[in-house]
Amino acid sequence: MKKIRTPYLLLLPGFAFLLTFFIFPILSLAQVSTATPISGGDIGEFEQTFRFRNYLEAFLDSREHFGRSLLYALLATLIALLISYPLAYALAFKSGKYKNVLLVLVVAPFFTSFLLRTVAWKQILGEEGFVVPTLRNLGLLSDTATITSTAGAVILGMAYNFLPFMTLPLYASIDRIDPRTLEASGDLYANGFTTFRRVTLPLSMPGVVAGTLLTFIPAAGDYVNAELLGGPNNSMIGNVIQSRFLIPDYPTTSALSFTLMAAILIIVVVYIRKAGTDEVV
Amino acid sequence: MSSLEKEAVVSRRPLGASIARWFGKNLIRIYMALAFVYLFIPVAYTFVFSFNDSGKSNITWQGFTFEKWLNPCGAPRVCEALGNSIKIGLLATIFSTILGTLIAFAIGRYLFKGRSASNLLIFLPMATPEIVLGASILSLFLVLQINPGFWPTVIAHVVFCVSFVVVTVKARIASLDPKLEQAAMDLYANEFQTFRRVTLPLVAPGIAAAALLAFSLSFDDFIITNFNSGTVTTFPKFIYGAAARGIPAQANVIASAVFFLALALVIIGQVVSRKRKVS
Amino acid sequence: MVDSANSARGDLKLTRVTKSYGDFTAVDDLSLTIPEGSFFALLGPSGCGKTTTLRMIAGLEEPTVGSIHLGSTDITTTKPYQRPINTVFQNYALFPHLTIFENIAFGLRRRGIKDVDEAVNKVLGLVELPHLAQRKPTQLSGGQQQRIALARAIVNRPALLLLDEPLGALDLKLRRQMQIELKWIQKEVGLTFVHVTHDQEEAMTMADTIAVMNEGKIEQMGSPADLYDNPETAFVANFLGQSNLIKGSLVGTDGDLLIADLFGQKVALPRNRSHAVDTSILAGIRPEKFRISLLQTPTSGNVLSGGKIEDVSYIGVSTQYQVMMPWGQELMVFEQNDDGVAPFQIGDPVNISWEPIFTFALHGDQDAEAGTEVVPEDLDEE
Repeated sequence: MKKIRTPYLLLLPGFAFLLTFFIFPILSLAQVSTATPISGGDIGEFEQTFRFRNYLEAFLDSREHFGRSLLYALLATLIALLISYPLAYALAFKSGKYKNVLLVLVVAPFFTSFLLRTVAWKQILGEEGFVVPTLRNLGLLSDTATITSTAGAVILGMAYNFLPFMTLPLYASIDRIDPRTLEASGDLYANGFTTFRRVTLPLSMPGVVAGTLLTFIPAAGDYVNAELLGGPNNSMIGNVIQSRFLIPDYPTTSALSFTLMAAILIIVVVYIRKAGTDEVV
Repeated sequence: MSSLEKEAVVSRRPLGASIARWFGKNLIRIYMALAFVYLFIPVAYTFVFSFNDSGKSNITWQGFTFEKWLNPCGAPRVCEALGNSIKIGLLATIFSTILGTLIAFAIGRYLFKGRSASNLLIFLPMATPEIVLGASILSLFLVLQINPGFWPTVIAHVVFCVSFVVVTVKARIASLDPKLEQAAMDLYANEFQTFRRVTLPLVAPGIAAAALLAFSLSFDDFIITNFNSGTVTTFPKFIYGAAARGIPAQANVIASAVFFLALALVIIGQVVSRKRKVS
Repeated sequence: MVDSANSARGDLKLTRVTKSYGDFTAVDDLSLTIPEGSFFALLGPSGCGKTTTLRMIAGLEEPTVGSIHLGSTDITTTKPYQRPINTVFQNYALFPHLTIFENIAFGLRRRGIKDVDEAVNKVLGLVELPHLAQRKPTQLSGGQQQRIALARAIVNRPALLLLDEPLGALDLKLRRQMQIELKWIQKEVGLTFVHVTHDQEEAMTMADTIAVMNEGKIEQMGSPADLYDNPETAFVANFLGQSNLIKGSLVGTDGDLLIADLFGQKVALPRNRSHAVDTSILAGIRPEKFRISLLQTPTSGNVLSGGKIEDVSYIGVSTQYQVMMPWGQELMVFEQNDDGVAPFQIGDPVNISWEPIFTFALHGDQDAEAGTEVVPEDLDEE
């Protein structure tokens, strides 16, 4: 590694850009979070009043949505993990010469538009699809119950959409495990399950951490799945922020955004501390 | 029992038990197959319904037709949306790849004060919910009295793509053997020549992968685009808007075409790189 | 691209060179001259500073203190691409994206030479691999890569060719073969070779002059025979081959010989093989110089009596014995299996004898174990 002035020159364009179009907007959004509408002014005009109560009010108003967002995101992440882990394991160890082809196939569905995929699920699982009538005929579903417009549909939709973000880091991590360590474990009297618990799982933790973070963070702020697959009782904080922004109610939107980011940040930090990896990027 | 009789007993093991054993051994492969089926259900659905002889609403099956494939731009605004998505995607890819590659070299190659702070700055956009990114960038434009539209969308896309480019290129740089550059300098190449003839060719695949990643992220983006595009329609925006009243089958056609095209590109890329390794 | 520094020629001279990384000193006040045209080896255990020294000569590291001269040109701070010095790296460092031909031509092209065909083909012939010109490095075996790395350096006719443990990754037979070939190429091409290795057999086979390094300093420098027959420190005595070092004191003289008392037994040693500072010494004898005899057999030369055989190992060429002496030290003896006499058994009481001229004496205050540790082969030094 060399130690000269070149790195700063290289960083300059990119960081100048990020400073202008990322840091500064976030800060200005933060600044508007403590503003209030100008009385007598036009809609969309605000003045800085340092009204920190905005946060409290926004949070209390939408605490149900907050809770739901974090819960849905958590469940979606868990489900994605449960689905992805065996898949990643099979890709790493049980795919032989088809490994590269299968890897492409894992990512391939995500070459179609994410919205179209979600709409597809909506239509497949909706009243006009074939799943619901079939289940009703089999007596597994009552005539009034639906699959769409439920929390389950939203959670499953999110889990589906974020699958590659979970599978790829998991695969990368599991693939790095030397299969001879698993053989050694068997040689030392561990059965299949114990080997998994005490060797495979710990060694794949970096992938688990990366995958869960890459899934949970965007899931918590998502609103598309909730809007397309959920009903009025399933709206998440993302939906609230989106609709408030259009009013425009910038202070509330901003307060909600930062509360969301704070919540995510706390969860992420606690999680990373517990899981014990320091370099995620 | 004679040995022949013993053999007969063994070969008459119940078929059920043999099947059960085969299942146990291949359980995970079966799971993998099921997982792939699950992954492809909406893709298959989209593809099938691209042949639907539908009018405005593509929800119920009304008959098989090639018509939509032969006239993919038939539905109003579909191809306009697609065109915008491609244009925005290309521009966002070019800018984010250039900026991101420069940053990746800086962080990946040099020890300098503020290196870990730089890593953090790169990580932040990836950790920020899209809705916050979109809203904050829009509020910046509003303050500057710039209307949302084409270029604000490009800029917004570059913001979230840069981080992914940095991570991808950085990984490639990390796998570069520093001895190769030392060997180049030992063989009379100065710093610039070393970069041009050794470093860059070896990092190029990583840059290409990053560009591809950036393009796909940009093409498929909805939330951030929705905030910053104003009246400009992108493909995802078009679908979102049409979701309520009925998505025309032409959208299915385009999405399926994109899918097959992307699949073909990736497979060709793999075949080419494998050929290069062997020849 | 050819610089004035690039045309420097002559002996390589390091003057009081020190390289420190913070608190850690890798090379400590090192001075040495490498004569033009010689095959020079830097020998030492991993971590002794030999690779750092090599990298400073190549220009890939800069000395903290001191200077480096090539002939009359000061190259201490010149960049690697401005020095007429080329390196054969330990893992070969062949450019994976270029063909073998382009790998070899790389240095020539950077120096602005347009017509490279003849030079490249000539050197490919020298390493006997002309058919590989259009392949890529990943398609070659380890031995072939090593020869191409050598060709890539030699084609530039450098004033100095540096080799950083180039044979480390090869299997034994191939390594032996390459040692002979490298020596032949050096004589054939007439370049100065500086070879870094931790393998003392390799250094002794190939080099005209060896510098034994330990902890950043040179312990002793000389021809392989000098270092082997007349070591100056316990480290050198133990690192090159094996030695028996016995504590004792000088008690008298006898013409050209010095008399030493080893635990009550008297032996003679040549004055010119003594590096004692005062009367306290470590007397050194190589195991193959010892002769074992049963108590009633007549002996000549120096004799140590009262030994008992503790261990016998048959190696084919020789039999190795561990003999316990009355003062509690086990001596190592290598007896060649060339006289058809039945080997000694464990428990046999024996005498050990040898010719006095094979004795050397070292300063007595040293660690008799210095240089004996078995160090696993390191692929990557600092």
